[in-house]
Amino acid sequence: MIRRHFTAGLVTTGLVGFGAASLPALAQAQTVPVGAIEILSGPAAAYGIAIKGGLDLALDEINQKGVLGGKKIALTVEDSAADKNQAINAARKLIGRDKVVAIIGPTLSNEMFAVGPVTNERKIPTIGTSTTANGITDIGPYIFRTSLPEADVVPVTFKKAQARGVKTVALMYANDDAFSKSGFDVMKAAAEKLGLNILAIESFGTKDTDFAAQLTKIKGLKPDAVAISALVEPVSGVLLQARQLGFGKETLFIGGNGSNSPKLGAIAGAAADGLIVGSPWFIGKPDALNQKFVAAFKAKYGKDPDQFAAQAYDCMFILAAAIDRAGAADSEKITAALAKTSYTGVMGPFTFTDHRDPASAEGVVVLEMRDGKFGIAP
Amino acid sequence: MFAQQLVNGVLLGATYALFALGFTLMFGVLRVINLTYGFYFSAGAFIALFLTRQAGFGIWAALPVAAMGAGAVAVALDWLLLSRLRRVNAPELSSLMVTLGGVLALYSAATSILGPDIRRLPPDLVASDAFVLAGLRVTTAQLLILLATAVMVGALMALMRGTRLGLAIRAMAEKPDAAGLMGIDTGRLAALVSFISGCLAGAGGVLIGLNFNAIHPYMGEAMMLRGFVVIIVGGLGDIRGALIAGLLLGVIEVFTAGYVASGLKEAVAFAILVVVLWTRPSGLFGRAVVRRA
Repeated sequence: MIRRHFTAGLVTTGLVGFGAASLPALAQAQTVPVGAIEILSGPAAAYGIAIKGGLDLALDEINQKGVLGGKKIALTVEDSAADKNQAINAARKLIGRDKVVAIIGPTLSNEMFAVGPVTNERKIPTIGTSTTANGITDIGPYIFRTSLPEADVVPVTFKKAQARGVKTVALMYANDDAFSKSGFDVMKAAAEKLGLNILAIESFGTKDTDFAAQLTKIKGLKPDAVAISALVEPVSGVLLQARQLGFGKETLFIGGNGSNSPKLGAIAGAAADGLIVGSPWFIGKPDALNQKFVAAFKAKYGKDPDQFAAQAYDCMFILAAAIDRAGAADSEKITAALAKTSYTGVMGPFTFTDHRDPASAEGVVVLEMRDGKFGIAP
Repeated sequence: MFAQQLVNGVLLGATYALFALGFTLMFGVLRVINLTYGFYFSAGAFIALFLTRQAGFGIWAALPVAAMGAGAVAVALDWLLLSRLRRVNAPELSSLMVTLGGVLALYSAATSILGPDIRRLPPDLVASDAFVLAGLRVTTAQLLILLATAVMVGALMALMRGTRLGLAIRAMAEKPDAAGLMGIDTGRLAALVSFISGCLAGAGGVLIGLNFNAIHPYMGEAMMLRGFVVIIVGGLGDIRGALIAGLLLGVIEVFTAGYVASGLKEAVAFAILVVVLWTRPSGLFGRAVVRRA
């Protein structure tokens, strides 16, 4: 879509009388080209569309006064369709054709593990807003992330579960997706660290629809809690089938980052009631900055923002501020400036660690599903 | 727990068999590997979704209408993609490639029109509470699948073995040219077989969508691999074979997940396919030359 508009713009301007060859240079002088790679089509498009919404909203505000003394940021969003190869091609296109100085995304950790080595080699700072798997920033010194890794969020959720009297837990995860697997590793580590007794570990495929065998086995072991690391669609399927198989209120369901989506309530309905999940952000956080963001998002898109939109919104501001501090549209300088970020956004106070991960987990809230909606867990 | 796992396996197996019935009919009679079959399954589910969500149909009204809608889609696609190939006696590989291209185009088009989101039939369409019998839990949707599978297997076998239409279909499966010479209108018969297969797929889509609460354009694609295993293990065109192979596959998958390791369940399912093809190349119940319908 975006690409098409861009081309259409070029053609029209060309007709008005500019030589087409001089256009890129001209455009570059007036704007700072930034790229983003997100999932805009396919089954996981909801994440990328939310992120693009957050980026665009932030950009509206940023471009009112511009960066580097009035230059506008020109954001090109490429669709990865959740495909690693398409994501790599998108990165090459953004770097080679659009000459971007920084890249936001890609959406999934899986894709970052494919794209990161490419952009890192080209020394283009790359900031994940939704990549929560372990080891993302190990890819190289140009890879950042503003999303709290699961390793920081999950222990907060498990502590809450323990405080509610959970002593034994069964773990379930999708074994064909890096994000889900890494979330599971974190859950296992968190459970072990808190001294919870792990009764069973069961896996499934992201596209599976039948989980009866695994759930029946778990039910026979009577764990206090079942923790699930997967994207929201399979988690919904697990919950719906768990209720059919007779899991009731006595079992606490714990979600990973994938469960932290309003879609959970939309798909699973009452079956999701009682599930708890840790979140780096919550729509009901009362601070003024957050309320302003939520209102602006609703006004622009006619729907509520989710965590992914909020993370993207903050990330765009963090990058714009870094470009400003760098003093030039230069990837190397922007990378150095990013490392010195100190910003307070809708997610709370933000700085990077020496390893380019978010430094603090104090903003994490534990949410609980009630009647198809998340609220702050009691 | 063993009994519940057995129930889980039989229920899952029934969904596989239900999906594969129309596929094996089409495969055995029309002698084409028609990969658009998975799309009829999705189409049936989406028609039912529209009927129940927008037009206020109940399940008993939506099920036959959606099944026949999917049947109509099947006839149209068969005519569009395959009737020409049949006329010129094109090799099986051409129909495989044409339907592969066709089905990918259909899935993509459906995804761009309908969106990739997972949808559900209205939750109150059938009672969602499970029946509890001696500690075993079965839901209404699952009972419907069992019932539908049994009814369809029975009806198909009666049709094939007990009617002149069945005789004609079997004749065409055996030797299409000779059947034509005997006065059977093979073109119309092919359309009829497509329609029946489409109806079976569509009904399967509605019931399986209802059971797993997951309706999306690609739902048929996910079932196709299992469908292949079932019809190959069961024997091409063998209705009873499809039923037994479906149940077997479901039970083995569930027992692998429940008692061995959940990560291995697909590996085991597809290993069975390979072993069966090694030892009995024309399926568990197949005879080498005779084509059964």
